[in-house]
Amino acid sequence: MRSQAEFGYDSRIEGDVIHTRVDAALNWFRKNSIWPMPMGLACCAIELMATGASRFDISRFGMEVMRFSPRQSDCMVVAGTVTYKMAMSVKRIYDQMAEPKWVIAMGACASTGGMYRSYSVLQGVDHIIPVDIYVAGCPPRPEALLDALLKLQNKIQREPLLATLKKPGPALAKA
Amino acid sequence: MNAIDLANRLREKFGELVSAPTEFRGELSLNVADAERIVEVCEFAKKELGFNYLVDVSSVDNYGDDLRWTIVYELYGIAHGQYLRLKTNVSEEKSESPTVTGVWRTADWHEREIYDMMGVRFRGHPDLRRIIMWEGYPYFPLRKDFPLGGKPSELPDVAFSKAAPIEGGPFVTAPGGRDAIEREPRVRTPEN
Repeated sequence: MRSQAEFGYDSRIEGDVIHTRVDAALNWFRKNSIWPMPMGLACCAIELMATGASRFDISRFGMEVMRFSPRQSDCMVVAGTVTYKMAMSVKRIYDQMAEPKWVIAMGACASTGGMYRSYSVLQGVDHIIPVDIYVAGCPPRPEALLDALLKLQNKIQREPLLATLKKPGPALAKA
Repeated sequence: MNAIDLANRLREKFGELVSAPTEFRGELSLNVADAERIVEVCEFAKKELGFNYLVDVSSVDNYGDDLRWTIVYELYGIAHGQYLRLKTNVSEEKSESPTVTGVWRTADWHEREIYDMMGVRFRGHPDLRRIIMWEGYPYFPLRKDFPLGGKPSELPDVAFSKAAPIEGGPFVTAPGGRDAIEREPRVRTPEN
């Protein structure tokens, strides 16, 4: 029986070959091997740990390898209140991460300062580093963080990679 | 031996320097008239009266008063289980008080916190640096005349801060309200 698709992948004709675009393939590689870095600063880090534990099983989506070294990770999960005293350390760790890199601001504090309208708290981590995904909640449920990671995967899949490959990333572009 | 006896022994020893104890909710407070002599009083309280545990040192900003700062020492004796609170006042021009780290070593960090938040210095302190804010921060944020949202500060490559958007706040809860709407945090100024 002949399949209805006239085009696409047909192993009898094409053998073990898949046609795709380079940037789609590269993005597919990237999005399925995100190594997150837990930047646990406050109570959101507890939910982050829960996300990494067995009940919520972050590894279903190909991004479970949490690394505590900025050199080995792609995605910084800023989980918690960023105080001014910590802000420069967060920025420095972000700068130490190798390109390509992404940032998730997890929870109200990391996104906007949250309930801390205070002299000591940075009013959103996006004042110092570029944020890709904001997660609402105080703290967000692990499902919300998983959803953010899936949204990040979709975002990475849509990146015009070849057009931007030779341009420096956000951290280098500023200098 | 209860706290009143201990307070009276402190008065016998120091006379006019130590005020009569005031009681509030079962807790005794004594005023020490001269902040310069707080070390003697603390020394006696520890050595002779058995107050071997300094629970906390805190500070109060009496903004607008002649003696702007109140330093509060919370004492406890592990053997007799009694609490005693010593208060002493320091003027804003002086903003300095002798350290009690020589009596209780734990006073070290408490006094650093007061220095950091209020700007009262402690003479003779072994290591009087900021403990919570970063080194070089120009303000003392727990003072009454410091806005809750903060003031901008800049320390190149080390730290910075900006004023937080308060949007009419600070938002104050009203405990004891009839329902959740009445209790929830709102802008509460003397006018409304």
